[in-house]
Amino acid sequence: MKGVEGSTRPAYAAYHDWFRQQDPDRLTKKSLDAEAFFRRTGITFNVYGQAEAQERLIPFDLVPRILAQREWSKLAKGIEQRVAAINAFLHDIYNRQEILRAGRVPKDLIANNEAFLPQMVGFSPPGQVYTHIVGTDIVRTGEGDFFVLEDNARTPSGVSYMLENRETMLQMFPELFSKIKVQPVSDYPKNLRRSLAACAPAGAGPKPTIAVLTPGIYNSAYFEHSFLADQMGAELVEGHDLRVVDGHIAMRTTQGYKQIDVLYRRVDDEFLDPLTFNPDSMLGVPGIMDIYRAGNITIANAPGSGIADDKAIYSYMPDIVEFYTGEKAILKNVETWRCGEPEALKYVLDNLKDLVVKEVHGSGGYGMLVGPAASKKELEAFREKLVAKPGNYIAQPTLSLSTVPIFCESELAPRHVDLRPFVLVSPQGINIVPGGLTRVALTEGSLVVNSSQGGGTKDTWVLED
Amino acid sequence: MLGKTAGGLYWMFRYLERAENIARLIEAGFRIALTRSTDAEGEWKSVVTTAGVEAAYAQKYESYTSAHVVDYLLRDTSNPSSVLSVIAFARDNARVVRTALTTEVWEAVNETWMTLTSLLAHPVRETDLPAMLNTIRQQSALVRGALHGTMLRNDIYDFSRIGTFIERSDNTARILDVKYYTLLPHTSFVGSSLDNVQWETVLRSVSAHRSFRWLGESEMTAAAIADFLILDRRLPRSLSFCTSQIVSNLDYLAEDYGERHPCHDMAEALHSRLRHRTIDSIFEEGLHEFITAFIRDNNALGMQIESDFRFSG
Repeated sequence: MKGVEGSTRPAYAAYHDWFRQQDPDRLTKKSLDAEAFFRRTGITFNVYGQAEAQERLIPFDLVPRILAQREWSKLAKGIEQRVAAINAFLHDIYNRQEILRAGRVPKDLIANNEAFLPQMVGFSPPGQVYTHIVGTDIVRTGEGDFFVLEDNARTPSGVSYMLENRETMLQMFPELFSKIKVQPVSDYPKNLRRSLAACAPAGAGPKPTIAVLTPGIYNSAYFEHSFLADQMGAELVEGHDLRVVDGHIAMRTTQGYKQIDVLYRRVDDEFLDPLTFNPDSMLGVPGIMDIYRAGNITIANAPGSGIADDKAIYSYMPDIVEFYTGEKAILKNVETWRCGEPEALKYVLDNLKDLVVKEVHGSGGYGMLVGPAASKKELEAFREKLVAKPGNYIAQPTLSLSTVPIFCESELAPRHVDLRPFVLVSPQGINIVPGGLTRVALTEGSLVVNSSQGGGTKDTWVLED
Repeated sequence: MLGKTAGGLYWMFRYLERAENIARLIEAGFRIALTRSTDAEGEWKSVVTTAGVEAAYAQKYESYTSAHVVDYLLRDTSNPSSVLSVIAFARDNARVVRTALTTEVWEAVNETWMTLTSLLAHPVRETDLPAMLNTIRQQSALVRGALHGTMLRNDIYDFSRIGTFIERSDNTARILDVKYYTLLPHTSFVGSSLDNVQWETVLRSVSAHRSFRWLGESEMTAAAIADFLILDRRLPRSLSFCTSQIVSNLDYLAEDYGERHPCHDMAEALHSRLRHRTIDSIFEEGLHEFITAFIRDNNALGMQIESDFRFSG
């Protein structure tokens, strides 16, 4: 909330006025109300690797994160540019590979990458869209200084929290919304449906059937899968509900098999088709890749999209944006050392305690090292891993992230945040919902915002001008 | 509708019905144990038998004490029919079919699960048992009320109701199966205190002890009670009531889908065995044989429904 020299950031002015008039006890009670609401509604997630299949709440902070329209439009423009480049990159990488021929991205980075799917070579998905849904992770270091942390081009999650957080705020503080004009986010499910429908295969007809493919109720994001299916009016299916019927993918209904045109899958590539990928997968549909390649179903996001959000590719994003758009990237990339390169590795090993080191293929904040927060022992252990398989890692400086206020023990306290805006891509264009999911590190000074690591969320406001 | 969704609804409501029935059985057993000291152990044993978990219980416990039986039926998660187990199954199914449920129904089921898992986290003391059983009944009523008050009368509703009534008729038939001998018109037992206790248990197990009195045109006799539980269409837990509900919900589905299946004929056959029937003719056929056949055919009907509507692949 505070900008330079301790003054209130302009976007927060109206909220701050309101906040000062509130009774802290009432706000504490509202916090508890919100928690009870989340529990009752079942907005919970499962944590992997815990002894009991426990359901947990993602802590919700009642102070919104507020962006001015001016800040937002710059950000949105940058994201749009980047997402357009990612789609062009994917199409190129699976077809003519111009960018490799031009030497802007090294060949072996693609050829030896697990996320690169040979099955996609020479194929163009319906509407030439690869990343139907993107969740670009953004951090800010100073006024208007936005960096992209990750591109999340596979199956980004969290949009249900964005929507439920706003609903909760509307219920708890209706008076705030009559005082302060906030751009709505509630159109997202409708836009998602429209965007997916626009990507349906040519033979699908005017009202394509859309289904959400979930791994099932024990998946950590199951709530979101059912929420989105519900809000879009789509079917929520699991692998065993689907099979190949007459050259199409069809779902088993009480009245027989019914064709599906667009599958919004929340299952990783590896598990999508046991005949093509992991043969042990029970989550996918045997034969779906053949149907896909025959052009009879749309899979969102396209298999093989992961090559674009690979952490090693990330470091080439400024080049990728420039190569496909002919413009300089609007959003900055965080400086990245590719540990596979000897000089970079030397630098990283020398400065380990100041860096964040991530696995190239990791996600969810697992398997990463936050140098400044790590003990000597942890640093040493990580050093060994790094030396053993340097190609598996990239390193980045710890940014001096800006903070936003949270409500903590009856008052405001600063915490680090990131922001995940949600982007929809279709042949009709790129649509970005104004706002997104703000994740917050609830521990003082912490930089880790992942919900699996104890992070929380808050509502994100983009003000109307 | 997805076959899986139909199956999820069907099982969700079967499990919810089962939780309520188990609570009712405990309630009846508990009352007998409190008021008639003569054969409490025998009563508890028949409660366990009625719940269909006799073999597994016997592996765990040697005697049928109130504390053991209550704990096993309420909160033992190694017992797949304990209230705690079935409430978790019901809620898992509710999560699978969440997109088919209204917010009210989902929240009622989720709240039931939260309330009962927290209350049943520790053994229930005897003094708390009546309140506990009361909570289970109230929570069931909450879910049912949400279903009736908020759901569209479409296939979603039909599968929910069919699950409820397949489970309920099974439960009533099991009670009759375990207690049939007390309902046989043996002249030697008529009017004896033993019969009165047994009959009261039977009636309480289906929450019909008061309604039986309200309708009390007849004396409390074995035949009148059997007639009430099997043939009386006013009693919402009688076999006749349950099968007529299954028939009409299946008919709605046939109308909706424009298609009849083998399960439709099976349901009608099952129901026709109870229509225009007198209790005397059932006694003539043999009460035990009649009940055994009913349980078998009701079960087969459930499986036919699962296959006709493609609950699983």
